[in-house]
Amino acid sequence: MENLGALSLILAFCFSIYAIFGSVVGKWKQRPFLVKSAERAVLAQWALQTFASGLLVYALMTCDFRLSYVASHVNTAMPTLYKFTAWWGGQEGSLLLWSWILACYSALVVWQNRKKFRDMMPWVTATLMLTQAFFLLLITYPLSPFEVLAVGKEIRAVPDGNGLNPLLQYWSMAIHPPTLYLGYVGFIVPFAFAMGSLITKQPGDAWIHTTRRWTLVTWLFQSMGILLGAGWAYAVLGWGGYWGWDPVENASLLPWITATAFLHSVMMQEKKGMMKVWNMVLVSATFFLCIFGTFLTRSGVVSSVHAFAQSPIGPYFATFLSIHIAATTWLILDRLGYLKSEAHLESVLSRESSFLFNNLILLASCFSILWGTMFPVISEAVTGEKISVDAPFFNRVNIPIGLFLLLLTGVGPLIAWRRSSFESLKKAFLWPTVGGIVLTGVLFGLGIRHLYALMSFALCAFVLITVAMEFVKGARAIATKTGQHLLRAMVELTHRNTRRYGGYIVHVAIVMMFIGFTGAAFNKERTIEVGMGDKFSIGRYELKVASIEQGENSNYSWGHAVVEVYQGGKRIDTLTPEQRLYSAGQGQQSSVVDIRRRLHEDLYLNFAGMQDGKAIIQAYVFPLVGWIWLGFAALIFGTLVCLVPSKVRYEFAKTKVMGVASGVATPKAVTGD
Amino acid sequence: MKPYVKFGLLTAVIIGTLAWLAVGGISDTKSYYKEVAELKKMGDDVYTKRLRVAGDVAEGSVERSGREVRFLLKQNDLTLPVVYDSMDPLPDTFKGGAQAVAHGKMGRDGVFHANKVDAKCASKYEAKPGQKYQTPGQTAPPASDTKASF
Repeated sequence: MENLGALSLILAFCFSIYAIFGSVVGKWKQRPFLVKSAERAVLAQWALQTFASGLLVYALMTCDFRLSYVASHVNTAMPTLYKFTAWWGGQEGSLLLWSWILACYSALVVWQNRKKFRDMMPWVTATLMLTQAFFLLLITYPLSPFEVLAVGKEIRAVPDGNGLNPLLQYWSMAIHPPTLYLGYVGFIVPFAFAMGSLITKQPGDAWIHTTRRWTLVTWLFQSMGILLGAGWAYAVLGWGGYWGWDPVENASLLPWITATAFLHSVMMQEKKGMMKVWNMVLVSATFFLCIFGTFLTRSGVVSSVHAFAQSPIGPYFATFLSIHIAATTWLILDRLGYLKSEAHLESVLSRESSFLFNNLILLASCFSILWGTMFPVISEAVTGEKISVDAPFFNRVNIPIGLFLLLLTGVGPLIAWRRSSFESLKKAFLWPTVGGIVLTGVLFGLGIRHLYALMSFALCAFVLITVAMEFVKGARAIATKTGQHLLRAMVELTHRNTRRYGGYIVHVAIVMMFIGFTGAAFNKERTIEVGMGDKFSIGRYELKVASIEQGENSNYSWGHAVVEVYQGGKRIDTLTPEQRLYSAGQGQQSSVVDIRRRLHEDLYLNFAGMQDGKAIIQAYVFPLVGWIWLGFAALIFGTLVCLVPSKVRYEFAKTKVMGVASGVATPKAVTGD
Repeated sequence: MKPYVKFGLLTAVIIGTLAWLAVGGISDTKSYYKEVAELKKMGDDVYTKRLRVAGDVAEGSVERSGREVRFLLKQNDLTLPVVYDSMDPLPDTFKGGAQAVAHGKMGRDGVFHANKVDAKCASKYEAKPGQKYQTPGQTAPPASDTKASF
């Protein structure tokens, strides 16, 4: 059975190689049949990979311990759901998942465009299949999920497996990798179209229009993947944090940052014909960072608490990435003539300028995170010493960046294209600025002195008021015309221009997350040894240890404390933080924290073990942290709104590039509408 | 002034500020990564620099007395005594045999004083290349036989 699986993957690899050659040769020699057969090869290799994945999943679910991968990641006592999610619990399986998702995306792209873009598609197919072949190469050899445990000539099965690390047996960890992969892998599609557009010297923006939905959906999945990971870290790891600036975390954030920059700068290209070269660079950088992130995570080149052991795949990735970067750079430089801007920056006080600053600051953040993450590697190459930097470095640079971004989020949407006068700015930003200052005054009066926190809250108020004003202004206009209720008018307003108002909702979501982040400036922490009946307090809570118990079941042994929570003398809650020791594999300890989640703050208790008959309890108060998860929900909602087609189609007056004179790189421009 | 010049100046100010923050951040938090074997070669520097020492936690060497935890970090034949004394509990993944990184400073008494210990997440991606999954009590099969033939 494992032979069938391995064979399917080899066949899929062959089909993907054929697809590359079929597309390129078919396009070059003008043989549409070859191109068509290449597209069918894409579908065929998808089918083969689906089959292979199904076989692996079957092996996992039935605990087929002859397979090395199954024995390492599954044990009989595990709940069924986690036997399925063990598919991505280890190196080989998760690479197969990556590869299969890429196959799904490729098949979808090929099928969606079977009647469109006939000139570009062969190159799109070839680009997709080049990456596909690479991943199939990895899982065919050296990292096959279908390897069996063999001694001599005998295939032996072990009686029971290692099981999935219990830290990963949690619902948000179950869906975090596939969600993240749906993001990581998805960014190849806009890249492939960008390459197709460059290679065929397309004069227009067809590749951007086509891929807008792809980019949005991919970005949404990436955001969800990152936030699910953060939510898991918060609820499961026991230290109460949701982001550690760990290299693997950073790896997932880097392409997200460039993708966010890209989502904004494409607006400049669509409306003003500016930033064409830059958008090519951004979409390529996003793709490269995805591959780089995959490489960083799996190669062990930078040590991380997400322990990925030394792996042989480092050189494969390095080669793949270098060739791609070199080829893309050459292509962009060669086609510079076709990417000339149609407009230029006219004033620093303009929407163009705010988009430029948005990109600048996002890229600065990306670079600083990349630098900090790779510092040990760079310092070792330069000085021979492996020096690393920690969370304080990342926070120091990225907090001011975040605050500046917040400011731009408020200012950008309201500032005019080309140039804005001071008068118009004063009118637009009067109330938001007043609101921000008033809030600062109130918070200062309440005793808050933390500078960054004050700035953050002020800017959050600023942005929220600008967005509220936009919605009210637009809705009022509609309400007067149609006589609708104001709220109903807001829905109508959003529906008429889902991109703009969906975008505003996403901005509000980001503001909500910033409110959550800022709360961390006021965290309280206390670690204490308590016996039964002991009392202690933290923040506004008084806590009493009602009992300390221990027990055991087939999967793990446990110890926990039952803690009663009082406020103002009244009992408001009971929390039971627990610690477990899993019996499978080499024994894995895990903390099951208990959290009282409220809008204004979380009370978080971690049972850290027993010491001389007393329980060690870590208590935390995390103000406003719940706003991060609320912002997460709002982000999903806002992005979905963006994806709904607008009721009214907008056409922007701009010069349409009709073609390029051969041999000379000046576009013939026709003013269209 | 032309808009590009103004824009360029603002950009320079922003980048300059960030670079200044970054450099400060690096020098404040940088720590040197060393393996146990490399510590001996450091000479007197070893007492002044912030260090992260990597090694394996020697089986059976973990002793707890009160809040203090003492253990041996070993690499090949070399061992380094480490003392960890902090209210924060050790990570769930810390136990004999685990790969660990101790953050802190080397004391003149020859004991490494750690204020933080990371232990490798008993992993998703476990075995070193060439090594295969083993049940307890079974020795690793010879490398040449570990691939199934088909």
